[in-house]
Amino acid sequence: MKNLSQISNPYNEDKVISACGLFGMMSLEGRKCSGKDIIRAIANMRVRGNGLGGGFAAYGIYPDHADYYAMHLMFSNKSGKEQTESFLKDNFNIVKDEEIPHQYNPNVFDPPIVWRYFVEPKNVPEQYADDYVVEKVMFINTKIDDSFVFSSGKDMGVFKGVGHPEYIGEYFILEDYNAYIWTAHSRFPTNTQAWWGGAHPFSILDWTVVHNGEVSSYGTNRNFLEMRGYFCTMHTDTEVMAYAVDLLIRKHKLPIDMVAKIMAAPLWTEIEQMPEDERQLDIMLRQIYSGLLINGPFTIVVAHQGEMIGLGDRVRLRPLVAGIKDDMLYLSSEEAPMKLICPKLEYTWIPKGGEPIIGRLATKEVIYKNEPVIVGVEENAIDSVA
Amino acid sequence: MLSTLLPEFKIERDDSRCIRCQVCVRQCGFDTHKYDEDDDAVYAAEEKCVGCQRCAVMCPTNALTIKPHDYGYRPNANWSKDHFRELSRQAESGGVVLTGSGNDKPYRIYWDHIVLNASQVTNPSIDPLREPMELKTYLGRKPDKIEYDPETKQIKTEMPPQVMIEVPVIFSALSYGAISYNAWKSLLQAAKQAGTLCNTGEGGWPMELREYSNRVIAQCASGRFGVDVEYLNSASIVEIKIGQGAKPGIGGHLPGEKVSSDVSLTRMIPEGTDALSPAPQHDIYSIEDLSMLIYALKEATNYEKPISVKIAAVHNAAAIASGMVRAGADIIALDGIRGGTGAAPKIIRDNVGIPIELALASVDKRLRDEGIRNQASLLVAGGFRNSGDVIKAIALGADAVYIGTAALVAMGCTICQKCYTGICNWGICTQDPYLSKRLNPEIATRRLVNMVKGWSLEIKEMLGGMGINAIESLRGNRHHLRGVGLEQWELDVLGIKGAGM
Repeated sequence: MKNLSQISNPYNEDKVISACGLFGMMSLEGRKCSGKDIIRAIANMRVRGNGLGGGFAAYGIYPDHADYYAMHLMFSNKSGKEQTESFLKDNFNIVKDEEIPHQYNPNVFDPPIVWRYFVEPKNVPEQYADDYVVEKVMFINTKIDDSFVFSSGKDMGVFKGVGHPEYIGEYFILEDYNAYIWTAHSRFPTNTQAWWGGAHPFSILDWTVVHNGEVSSYGTNRNFLEMRGYFCTMHTDTEVMAYAVDLLIRKHKLPIDMVAKIMAAPLWTEIEQMPEDERQLDIMLRQIYSGLLINGPFTIVVAHQGEMIGLGDRVRLRPLVAGIKDDMLYLSSEEAPMKLICPKLEYTWIPKGGEPIIGRLATKEVIYKNEPVIVGVEENAIDSVA
Repeated sequence: MLSTLLPEFKIERDDSRCIRCQVCVRQCGFDTHKYDEDDDAVYAAEEKCVGCQRCAVMCPTNALTIKPHDYGYRPNANWSKDHFRELSRQAESGGVVLTGSGNDKPYRIYWDHIVLNASQVTNPSIDPLREPMELKTYLGRKPDKIEYDPETKQIKTEMPPQVMIEVPVIFSALSYGAISYNAWKSLLQAAKQAGTLCNTGEGGWPMELREYSNRVIAQCASGRFGVDVEYLNSASIVEIKIGQGAKPGIGGHLPGEKVSSDVSLTRMIPEGTDALSPAPQHDIYSIEDLSMLIYALKEATNYEKPISVKIAAVHNAAAIASGMVRAGADIIALDGIRGGTGAAPKIIRDNVGIPIELALASVDKRLRDEGIRNQASLLVAGGFRNSGDVIKAIALGADAVYIGTAALVAMGCTICQKCYTGICNWGICTQDPYLSKRLNPEIATRRLVNMVKGWSLEIKEMLGGMGINAIESLRGNRHHLRGVGLEQWELDVLGIKGAGM
């Protein structure tokens, strides 16, 4: 039995309940900015968290090692680090490793050892490299004591811990990183003990998920994923979300709008009214992927290289606001933090439940199905809407 | 031979209320009541009474009270009244003691030791009267994934046949022959109206009722009564019946007296002959034989219908079910120890098989552990009494629930357990036209539909309470269950925690 589960879930609950605030920002041009703004934005939603977890994901931060998997690990002691390092050496070529830069902050709680490794799989054909990495991450997270991989993608990284997110941002000196996508999370867990690995974002390969909500379908979702080789060690809703996204997009190769239709499926009554070919597809998706319908309130911001996606549950029980200014797409639990860091926002809107908002680097566009019903327009910015 | 048996029921007639209308005399198919003209009085032969309460219900002045006889024998924990009666009957007859309906022994009913969850604070409960609440369920094999080409927008996955039910409650196998034509027709009509399915049982399917085809599961049992290609192709699902919860390991026997001309036509056997269903299907002595029959039926139905395989819940049900899925079954039906029957040896009904709750939990888990749970839908049967039992079964992993006895009760059955006699004062389990015409199919249909409707409203309320708005999000979601008063091994088998944990 992996000893970290005693820390992550001390009361052996079915799952660890938490609620949250979240924020995401992306430059559709790939323009990079420092972590300063997102720290201010997430700090503006302080009441949505309770200081028991904060975290960030940043894309495009390791251009010098962009071809290597950047493994971020936390260790609760040196023996965990030694064991894991020997495992990593057996399975990967480590091209660089270093302590993740951080500075003392009195407001973060009991920090573990944090280390990063830039690695490439040993003797693995390129097309299987991702699967190989997932397998090894799962092994460390389920089998090696006192060790936890919290980030494993290329040219991106997750930074998270116990404390209000602004302190976690300071702790990891995020001002020194430049990314074209930033996502952030402020956590409000209802269990008292908090653990660094339990903060958001959750990540596998370059997929990250920040999540607000409580998934009532957790047991069903978990069964579905466990049957397909994912082990839910963290007992959180968000972990389920991250694995679901990885399964559907990476393994089953489904486009993101289909993923949205699986996780926030249209109602049967809506499906009945669709045109024939769309109807057939939607019925099939619900039949095959009924185990991945995410039931209960949720909003997620999912990111991977080149894309940032916002999605809320199908009856919209958790908030999500989107905003646009020039090349910037913002997604947030609240409107205010967007305006804090971008006072001249062009407009903001509230997406429909179950409708994904996709920011895509390749085409430099924001994709959404329904015309946004604009809820906020800055007077002096209105010209640029057209 | 002098019978040493005392009557099972005591009949109290309030003479001040009795108006000598003789309704009770006419209503009792067992000839319990007799009117004596000379005395102008009604007398009862109590030893004939089965306690079905028909006379008490029909008596216009409520003059009758029927209650279990309070024997004066010395109390004995080992030799209960039932043991005593059965042994005496056997000493008198030298035969196998028969019975009807489901097991009435006090085996633990796990549903009564499992409680459900509800949302508080961290997650809003949902009001089904204001918000959408989905119970629609598709039965059939599901592929592992969808294969989709985003370039051409083509779906490459071929979907195996699926059958939709509006509510996860299906009428179980009650054969025409065992139950009356009117009762059978009512189940069909109700299945259609309620958007669910009705299982034919093993007694065939009268030609004039084939219009209900899209709501029927056609059974193919060991006697193969009424089975031909048209029969198979008229149904939406074909079910191979291997076993029945009330009598695992043995066959069936419809006595010749019940084989009327209509029953004979439907079952495709001569009138008045006994309809014997062998214990095994004689072309299935192994798992590979089962696979051959499954594919023979798929061939016969052009791969357009899911094939279900029904077994009695027995000790190694999990391993058997896994083999059945691998043999090609699209649906697994499990029938637990409390499952009903029209006729079974009492010793078998009371002693063979395992409770459906435990079988369901272990089968669902085994199929998940082996990564094949999506390849078959799971139907469970055996003593379901209300919507609470149904929703707990779904949370344990079932796709839908078969109800037999509950449907009979909705039509008027009082579970007197005399189905095997051919006499049923409620007109349900009989072929006697004088008795069967008592059941009005329109009224019985309405009662059945009302029950299904009531249950679905209750299921929606409970789902909403858990913060769930689609039934599939509860399937196998055992986190919403807790056990009360169960041993650790039972909690382990059920895969649930004790309450408060």
